[in-house]
Amino acid sequence: MHKKGIKAALLSVFFTIITVLAGCEPLLVLDPKGPQAERQASDILLSIGLMAIIVIVVFALLVYMLVKYRASKQRADYEPPHIEGNLWVEVIMVGIPVIIVAFLSYVSVQSNYIVEAKPKGYEDTKPLVVYASSSNWKWHFSYPEEGIETVNYLYIPTDRALEFRLYSHGPITSFWIPQLGGQKYAMADMVTTLHLAADVPGEFMGRNANFSGKGFAENTFNVTAMSQKDFDDWVKEVKETAKPITEKKFEELLEPGHLGQQTYTGTHLEFSPPPSGHEHGEESSETSESDTHTGSHTEHEGMSH
Amino acid sequence: MDFFDRFAVPHPSIAIYASMAAIGLTVIAVIAGLTYFKKWGYLWREWLTTVDHKRIGIMYLLSALLMLFRGGVDAIMMRAQLAVPENTLLDAQHYNEIFTTHGIVMILFMAMPFIMFFMNFVVPLQIGARDVAFPRLNALSFWLFFMGAMLFNISFVVGGSPDAGWTSYFPLAGNEFSESVGTNYYMIAIQIAGIGTLMTGINFITTILKMRAPGMTLMKMPMFTWSALIANVIIVFAFPVLAVLLAMGTLDRQFGTHFFTMDNGGMDMLWANIFWVWGHPEVYILILPAFGIYSEVISTFARRNLYGYKSMVGSMVIISLLSFLVWAHHFFTMGQGALTNSIFSITTMAIAVPTGVKIFNWLLTLRKGKIVFTTPMLYSMLFIPLFTLGGVTGVMLAMSAADYQYHNTMFLVAHFHNVIIPGVVYAMLAGLHYYWPKMFGFMLNEKIGKWTAWLLSIGFIFAFMPMYVSGLDGQARRMYTYSEASGFSLMNMISFVGAAIMAIGFVLIVYNIYYSTRYESRDISNDPWDARTLEWSTHTPVPEYNFAILPDVRSNEALWDAKKNGHVLFKGDYEKIHMPNNSGIPFIMSCIFFVWGFSFIFSLWIPVIVTTIGIFVCMALRSFEQDHGRYITVKEIEETETNLRGA
Repeated sequence: MHKKGIKAALLSVFFTIITVLAGCEPLLVLDPKGPQAERQASDILLSIGLMAIIVIVVFALLVYMLVKYRASKQRADYEPPHIEGNLWVEVIMVGIPVIIVAFLSYVSVQSNYIVEAKPKGYEDTKPLVVYASSSNWKWHFSYPEEGIETVNYLYIPTDRALEFRLYSHGPITSFWIPQLGGQKYAMADMVTTLHLAADVPGEFMGRNANFSGKGFAENTFNVTAMSQKDFDDWVKEVKETAKPITEKKFEELLEPGHLGQQTYTGTHLEFSPPPSGHEHGEESSETSESDTHTGSHTEHEGMSH
Repeated sequence: MDFFDRFAVPHPSIAIYASMAAIGLTVIAVIAGLTYFKKWGYLWREWLTTVDHKRIGIMYLLSALLMLFRGGVDAIMMRAQLAVPENTLLDAQHYNEIFTTHGIVMILFMAMPFIMFFMNFVVPLQIGARDVAFPRLNALSFWLFFMGAMLFNISFVVGGSPDAGWTSYFPLAGNEFSESVGTNYYMIAIQIAGIGTLMTGINFITTILKMRAPGMTLMKMPMFTWSALIANVIIVFAFPVLAVLLAMGTLDRQFGTHFFTMDNGGMDMLWANIFWVWGHPEVYILILPAFGIYSEVISTFARRNLYGYKSMVGSMVIISLLSFLVWAHHFFTMGQGALTNSIFSITTMAIAVPTGVKIFNWLLTLRKGKIVFTTPMLYSMLFIPLFTLGGVTGVMLAMSAADYQYHNTMFLVAHFHNVIIPGVVYAMLAGLHYYWPKMFGFMLNEKIGKWTAWLLSIGFIFAFMPMYVSGLDGQARRMYTYSEASGFSLMNMISFVGAAIMAIGFVLIVYNIYYSTRYESRDISNDPWDARTLEWSTHTPVPEYNFAILPDVRSNEALWDAKKNGHVLFKGDYEKIHMPNNSGIPFIMSCIFFVWGFSFIFSLWIPVIVTTIGIFVCMALRSFEQDHGRYITVKEIEETETNLRGA
């Protein structure tokens, strides 16, 4: 029994240490700043709780069996009996997991529809559409309605639905701002949509989470959430001060490397439209109308090096 | 010189030159040793040309241990690089190569041959057969696997390692972003090894279905044989997918097709989908035989029959079916929408139910038992709690909306190591200790064995539990470095310490083999563990014909039946035994495959054509060969049996 006991104690001590150490600052994913991340964090905590019960039951059963039935505790002539299965025992050990899994499935399906829709609480707001496209190893953020574009940083208004349309000028990447919500892939031949929103102003970490080659580790961007008014001021300022993005300039930007933060007026979408193939049902319903750009669609460049 | 430039490593470093020197010296030492001790003939007759399932099994074991070392060195280098922020031990390119090869080596060239070792060594003995159904095909399977593994490993010093992750997602792995031959190695080496695996699958399904001892109906098969049967069925369904996928990847990279490219209608999503249609069942190919080993070990050392035999079989069948219906959970974040994600979320969670049934059956096997803590049992008892942790985090990952936060993070890395290490690796080590006496005629030292199990487990907890935390804190996987400000330092340092403790554990395994070879008693019985199944009813060491008389089986614990109920296993007189002849063709053909693969990787088409002809010549030789095997006479059997009984 001792070894098992030591082991259980070790595990619990270890978890306590981790919780205390990590407690100094809450873990990003469990410190949500928007409705999507909140839903995900609550799913995570719910499943940790439920799973903890299962773990405790298994650990307890194991310790009980090992303590009670070890050879040193039995008579020397003890002959363990031959026992086949038992229908009721099996019904229980299938039934209870089925109930747990059914419950989690129910929550999971609900959450799927929630995170794939306009964020809760902001259904009435007009979403801010941002095209986030990745290239080795940068992020390009195009605000088509505002007519501006940034590199490696993202300004967003709080209390408003955000609709990120993601695609890639290179390998598959994954757009992720842990405190606002989970990630989604950006790919070369399809635009994916990620619905996010920020409840409070602040600075958040954003990154590409999907391995994309040599510069992957540094493929990050800063997110600043601010009030709608500050955001409008920023847009105005950019329009007054920044240089326009040109086709030539954009091609330079696509070269592999890490640029710092940059700001332009206009967007590259006008001369280098996002991929149009393989659009998927649910997300594309709204895209078709707001997506028509004035730029020439016949030009086909920038997609390959 | 232009011709030779292609073989240069694109990113050389001291480590690579040192490895080159080490590989060169080892090869020279092996050749010199074999020549000096005049062992070439022995090597050729007894090993390179053997078709004996037991020897092929042992060769799988040696390869697996070798590859465990390679993959382990990769692992410790990764943990060392990440131990402190902004470390410069490795640069991005080397780190990328190392995590790529770590994944491939550990799964395809370590875990797979380890499983193959158990299937080869144990299954024929457990079903009372004299060999597998197609012994020569079995040799070819091994040698193809071995050549594939060697080909993959030389990438490190010739031409450069693959660096696009073990999943090798396009377009990153395509020509646009991976110009070196590294990914060609991936495509060709795995292809060659995969052909071997596919043939193993066919071979073992046939063996188990057709060659069982009289009286052994399907529901009287030992649990490991059941797990091997199901794993091989999965192999036969899953590995052709891999073969096609790798062929498509090769066509894209070397022949200008556009299956996965960024332009001309290629679809990067297609690679990910097909990869996981193979990749997920692959996980179950590894874990089911591991479950089989645990079932044998737990029942032996609880001194009780396995609880819920039928539900154990049933749950494995259900797992094997579900394993083909969950692949999209590897990319919930690809944007396929809420409905698709919901379906795959539910199928994934459903796997928890049959897996849970197995855990509870093992727990109930302990009930009313008489538990003996041997090393194999200790591994199994450490497996249950640790694997349960990995299993429940799997259920957490299956919640697709939450997975948007886990995906591509250290949380995921923690999860799959948490199922693979306690699940598969512990089973391999438990099985290694368990079957060692049957293979070599002496036990591995129990004291060192138990120390190893505890060290590995403590190391494991320290190495992988922090990853759950840093994953939830936003640490993406596959990052070669991170900043001080990210706050990941502490967790990664703990992880490194854990990895170091595990490394000590693995070194202890090697030491145990050395120590036991020198000092452990050779005087052991045929059945040192007081076990329950047929493999323990024959002699140690096992004669080449396995059983002088084929056993007569009445239950799924044939030997126990014989020991406790007085059932007579071996009835009748000796008869001459038909055995297959050794053959050099599998080895030679696989060597040609190696040259073929190497030439293909470097697009050297003339050698490719020559070796392709060579491969077909080998096949033709086999087709026209008249070889009806040989007979072992009754007299020879009698002599062998008397000797073995006397020993």
